[in-house]
Amino acid sequence: MSDAANSSYVAAGERAIAVKGGLLAKYPWLRGYLLMSPTLLVMLAMLVAPLVALVVRSFWTQNVFQIDTTFTLRNYAQIFELSDKITYWMSIPFPFANPVYLILLVKSILMSLAVTAFVMLLSYPMAYFMAFRVRRHKFLWLILITVPIWTSYLLRVFAWKIMLGFNGVINSGLIKIGLIDKPLDFLLYSPTAVMLTLAHAWVAFAILPIYVSLEKIDRSLLEAATDLGDKPWERFWHITLPLSAPGAIATALMVFIPTVGDYVTPTLVGGSGGSMIGNNIQILFGRQNDAPLGSAVSVVMMALITGIVCLFLWAVGYRKIRAREAI
Amino acid sequence: MTKRIDFLPLYAVLFLIFLYGPVLLLPLFSFNDATYAVFPLKGFTFKAYQQMAQDPSLLNSLKNSLMVATGVALVSTTFGLLAAMGVTRYKMPGRGPVMGGIMLPLVVPSIILSVALLVIVRQVFDIPLTLWTVGAGHVLLCVPFSMMVLMARLEGFDKSLEEASGDLGENGWMTFWRVTFPLALPGVVSSLLMSFTISLDEYVMAFFLSGLDQTLPIFLYSQLRFPQRLPMTLALGSTILVVSTIIVIFSEILRRRGVQTTKPSGL
Repeated sequence: MSDAANSSYVAAGERAIAVKGGLLAKYPWLRGYLLMSPTLLVMLAMLVAPLVALVVRSFWTQNVFQIDTTFTLRNYAQIFELSDKITYWMSIPFPFANPVYLILLVKSILMSLAVTAFVMLLSYPMAYFMAFRVRRHKFLWLILITVPIWTSYLLRVFAWKIMLGFNGVINSGLIKIGLIDKPLDFLLYSPTAVMLTLAHAWVAFAILPIYVSLEKIDRSLLEAATDLGDKPWERFWHITLPLSAPGAIATALMVFIPTVGDYVTPTLVGGSGGSMIGNNIQILFGRQNDAPLGSAVSVVMMALITGIVCLFLWAVGYRKIRAREAI
Repeated sequence: MTKRIDFLPLYAVLFLIFLYGPVLLLPLFSFNDATYAVFPLKGFTFKAYQQMAQDPSLLNSLKNSLMVATGVALVSTTFGLLAAMGVTRYKMPGRGPVMGGIMLPLVVPSIILSVALLVIVRQVFDIPLTLWTVGAGHVLLCVPFSMMVLMARLEGFDKSLEEASGDLGENGWMTFWRVTFPLALPGVVSSLLMSFTISLDEYVMAFFLSGLDQTLPIFLYSQLRFPQRLPMTLALGSTILVVSTIIVIFSEILRRRGVQTTKPSGL
């Protein structure tokens, strides 16, 4: 009796082990998640939780020293509150009571778009050159393009400050040559300086992904196009450009999204005219000590960026392009 | 057949000048014997570098940065390796969104990540801002890079090597140390170096998440306000530039060679 009970107990234990082993055996991918779990937990704690906290905070308010945790839309109301007094920026009307947030947002987005377009125009030919023309020393070219990506962003901004400054390299150089007799004061501390510096900072970054998507193109397709009578330019237009489009689009987004929120560049080379929304967020969290309003501005910024990205992907028919790539 | 002029190589050269020109001004002016970074150049001097080596707050921030960067490199490579092993070995449902989530720090503006972390660190948990918080922020930025590098490396090599080790009676742990890890080593080193440089150079997160202890970029940034300290700042900038360039070249060589040798013919 006790033997029987014992053996059934053992059997149950074996069954339990079998089930446990079985779950992992039945769904081997669970092991994958098991391996990933430390990383996922860290990401959850340091990425998801802070972003959730940021969104929650945007619905609270700051009373001088304390935070009032009653749910309110006051911060958002402050950003979007309408007013009869219309403020104009670049002849765009902003009928808001506190137009500074939305003006800075629109300005940052427009500047980022310009930077992205400039970066794509500069980097695509370079990526094309590396993918189709460079035969020998390809590795050297790759290193030459990769090194600037990883060397300090702050230092590159610093370098442009030296270039564009009132007593900077360009001004002193031009005076030396005799082209001008007084330093040009519009070089530094302007939106143009910010955009130039940002473009320079991102242009190397953009080459690699475009280069990879050009490298992947089956060369026999190009030969076929030539055999069928396409001129080089037509061949580029019909084959190379469409096939590299997914990579190029992804790259454009990777440049556009982070630049909207950049604040180091505008602080160092932008002056008051070149400031962007990132500066505003930094001031709200810092000097103005209004984290809830700063959170609300951040949330609005992320929502706008997401909206623009989705609109853009829809407009260029990204799904269709991707599907074509899969074939 | 008419020979057309090919503008692309010319463009490539001009592009490289645009890319490197402004940055190379830093070392150029750091040896210039003048307070302003203007042409024409004056005499050649090491003064700025001597000044740099004697600045106690600089040396202190250098020490802080090295500590943080070393820790970040180790931690983010560990997390990256675990995640890369999970993703490359198993066909996991929901892999796409999970990967997207991990890669998110690559695209979200770092000011958003910084303020979000600041909110949770200061206002939710009330943790004091130290080098630890800076390191935590940097890990968040580095894990996606570590994971990408290691995924490329792990995808490259033959899974049957691990299976063979299992069949020959090694347990999972020993298989990892005797097969997986040695094969992944170039990727591991590359990931260590890459996270080290990212952390060493990172400014925005360090600015928001550091307390009284400065890191090197924060120190550098604070020096930019003083025109009379420009020579020393230039010298510091040039040093950082040279060191990170060497690390990056080394890491790239390892990474690219690592991926190449794993093609079937290389085995």
